[in-house]
Amino acid sequence: MGLLDIRNLSVDFQTAGGLFRAVDGVDIQCERGEILSIVGESGSGKSVSMLAMMGLLPWTAKITAEKMEFDGKDLTKITKRERRKIIGKDMAMIFQEPISSLNPCFTVGFQLGESLKLHLGMNRAERKKRSIELLEMVGIPAPETRLSAFPHQLSGGMNQRVMIAMALSGDPKLLIADEPTTALDVTIQAQILDLLVSLQKEKEMALILITHDMGVVAETAERVQVQYAGQRVEEQHVTGLFTDPHHPYTSALLNALPERAVGRKLPSIPGVVPGQYDRPTGCLFAPRCAHVQDDCHGVVTRQSDALGNALCNHPLNAEVTA
Amino acid sequence: MIGFLLKRILLLIPTFIGITIVSFGFVRVLPGDPVLLMAGERGITEERYAALLAEFGYNRPMWQQYLEYLKDLLHGDFGNSLVTKQPVLSEFFTLFPATVELALCAIVLAIVIGIPAGIIAATKRGSFIDQSIMGTALVGYSMPIFWWGLLLIIVFSGTLGWTPVSGRISLLYFFEQKTGFMLIDSLLSGQKGAFASAVQHLILPTIVLATIPLAVIARQTRSAMLEVLGEDYVRTARAKGLSARLVVGVHALRNAMIPVITVIGLSVGTLLAGAILTETIFSWPGIGKWMIDSISRRDYPVVQSGLLLIAAIIMIVNLLVDITYGLINPRIRHQ
Amino acid sequence: MSDTTNQTPKKETSMRRRMLAEFWFYFSENKGAVVGLALMVLLVFIAIFAPIVAPHDPIQQYRDALLVPPVWQDGGDWRFLLGTDAVGRDMLSRLIYGARFSLFIGVVVVGLALLGGVTVGLIAGYYRGAVDTVIMRIMDVILAFPSLLLALVMVAILGPGLLNAMIAIAIVLQPHFVRLTRAAVLNELNRDYVTSARVAGASPFYLMTRTILPNCLGPVIVQATLSFSNAILDAAALGFLGMGAQPPTPEWGTMLAEAREFILRAWWVVTFPGLAILITVLAINLMGDGLRDALDPKLKRS
Repeated sequence: MGLLDIRNLSVDFQTAGGLFRAVDGVDIQCERGEILSIVGESGSGKSVSMLAMMGLLPWTAKITAEKMEFDGKDLTKITKRERRKIIGKDMAMIFQEPISSLNPCFTVGFQLGESLKLHLGMNRAERKKRSIELLEMVGIPAPETRLSAFPHQLSGGMNQRVMIAMALSGDPKLLIADEPTTALDVTIQAQILDLLVSLQKEKEMALILITHDMGVVAETAERVQVQYAGQRVEEQHVTGLFTDPHHPYTSALLNALPERAVGRKLPSIPGVVPGQYDRPTGCLFAPRCAHVQDDCHGVVTRQSDALGNALCNHPLNAEVTA
Repeated sequence: MIGFLLKRILLLIPTFIGITIVSFGFVRVLPGDPVLLMAGERGITEERYAALLAEFGYNRPMWQQYLEYLKDLLHGDFGNSLVTKQPVLSEFFTLFPATVELALCAIVLAIVIGIPAGIIAATKRGSFIDQSIMGTALVGYSMPIFWWGLLLIIVFSGTLGWTPVSGRISLLYFFEQKTGFMLIDSLLSGQKGAFASAVQHLILPTIVLATIPLAVIARQTRSAMLEVLGEDYVRTARAKGLSARLVVGVHALRNAMIPVITVIGLSVGTLLAGAILTETIFSWPGIGKWMIDSISRRDYPVVQSGLLLIAAIIMIVNLLVDITYGLINPRIRHQ
Repeated sequence: MSDTTNQTPKKETSMRRRMLAEFWFYFSENKGAVVGLALMVLLVFIAIFAPIVAPHDPIQQYRDALLVPPVWQDGGDWRFLLGTDAVGRDMLSRLIYGARFSLFIGVVVVGLALLGGVTVGLIAGYYRGAVDTVIMRIMDVILAFPSLLLALVMVAILGPGLLNAMIAIAIVLQPHFVRLTRAAVLNELNRDYVTSARVAGASPFYLMTRTILPNCLGPVIVQATLSFSNAILDAAALGFLGMGAQPPTPEWGTMLAEAREFILRAWWVVTFPGLAILITVLAINLMGDGLRDALDPKLKRS
């Protein structure tokens, strides 16, 4: 049985102009000890679906799902109190901006110790010992002295390591990393990614990596889910995705990688993700699609597993797989 | 932290000199001859006039007089009251505890009610509770407190007869003032009912004086809280599985308190200005009433030095607030 | 060429209209602000047409009707809807005329403080250096005193009276404008548009008044509404302490001072003037919150 099984998850936000659908009928499955990558442009609803699962969205969000099961527990049915026992322990999350994600008014030691106290009921001495171990594990030098440091005294990379240590404090079965390297320097990005992957192997936990960076996907992921405008448009194993993308959006994303660029100009995808007021009927990618045909403005069919579950009437590279 | 402190203290020096110039210049800019003014309507003989002129040093150049004034201040000589002939400084310190007692009670009341009210309003944003709290706060913020005091007297002293109209304690009780704080002294005296009487006398003035700071604190707490609740670290705290109580009460509150503390510090000035009105309405024998009485009695040495002392106290309190600010906000402490 | 000269003013008016529409959108979103505005319009109307609206002369003493209670109480008289005071003057008429004083005080005090404060703030911010330091230290000194106390002492020096009270209040309110304007100027001065105006040869006066000032007006207007309510409250407090408007002026604070001794005998002489002050200040503060939301999104607090 899978660790995480989400079926038909939708999230709507109440805005001044009515409801805005940020996530539109998304399915997400994740096995134990697996790395799943969710890719998409900003505004594609990839973080929102994870935040919805964690119960971290503001009250203006309306969440509906056919099924939202984690580790055998139905997250749609449990109380808030029961959910709080799971999140931060079995299911942990790290965020994009490490510096603002840590509370500026409390020391690293306090913020680390909080989870240990809450979920594991450790006393002061145990917490200190465990905190030092955790900081060591994420590669922070001189962890004893760092415990009394405040977030603003550490660099961005160090802060992200602290965030990771905090997330690992409850030995999670699933770690969700929401663009963990986007706000960091390029040199630090690789270090943090390596750290995440090695910890994932070591702890045999599942890792969901949310990113907009195909390069990050290529380096780390096993299975990739591509999201566009709140919908899951393709899902494949990473090698298949890079060689034979089936959805035109995936293909366009790959073509935009600098490493793949042919010619002097880097190709880009024209237009932007549709917003609240310009949502097209039919395929949401149709206005930006290079392969658009007449029937794309009507009903869109979901392709088979062999064709990467592509949400597209005219999947690419169909003959290769067939 | 020590550097931060030193810088703050150094910044105060020019302001302090400015304050002494204002209080020194105050008697100078009075229209007319200061000696004649002090003598009042009874008139004065030639010799007495010359003697007074020399005594106060009014016949010397202005800058010399100012330096002389500064020297006196540094020696703790703040002049004598024209009415009571007592040194202004000792009068001030006799009356000051009464004002401190009232102001402390008021600010404690304002904090104890204002901060939770602001937190509740912020966490229930847009609800009926939020709107009621903020509506009430705006009314409090717009309140002419001298009228508010009279209104409370009409209802609680007049109609209901629950509270006394004026003073600090019933005339039935008489005991030595060891600390100057009536609540403590009445307890120390051991007299039955003395403490209850002191509390009864304190209730209405405290409510009146607390009204505006309370409204300001509630409004500021709410807005700071709303801002902080949207921060990334609050999401992190919730992602840890912390209860709403801990997220709001520990993670958000600590950050939201930074601007609130500034506002509490700034309200010390408001409090002393409010004390002038409150003490007048309730005949509370503190420095506010003392200043008003001295102004109407034209007791200029008292007005002059009272102004100086009050400004100096506000400056010291603001300095203390800055230090608290540094303690609560690590980003400032480590600068 | 003639085309452009004809179009520019047209464009400007449509731009202004759009900005006004946007302002009104944000302002009217705040229900309280609209209520405040309505109250304010009503008060201004009453103040302007006081002689027509008021049933009696505010200083006319009806010797046969001393301390008559409001009409709905026993002993009330239909001639005096809100009762009469201790010398038989109609409360309602005095309150209506009082609106004139309060609004007049607010306008004059804020006008003085605004003009003085903005000018001094512009100078401090534009010239910086020694000028700035001296000005700001003086402002610090003024702010070191509780505003009401300083105003009181100044009135004691100048002599009690409405005019002196207004001057004193304007002086104690003015540092807020200086600080605000200076901060805004320092902020704007480094922007590219100011540099380009300077390079184009604009004079310091032109730069200050035409280029920088319009861009830091938002917070100044918000501060002005705040000061407006403070001015009314402080003037009433001075009146209450016998240092502001002198009897028989129907100023609300002065009315309260006169009514104090009847506090336990005739609730209406105390209640109504204060209520009038409260409602006026509340209306202004409600509007102020709306203005802040509409003009200064950075300061958005409500």
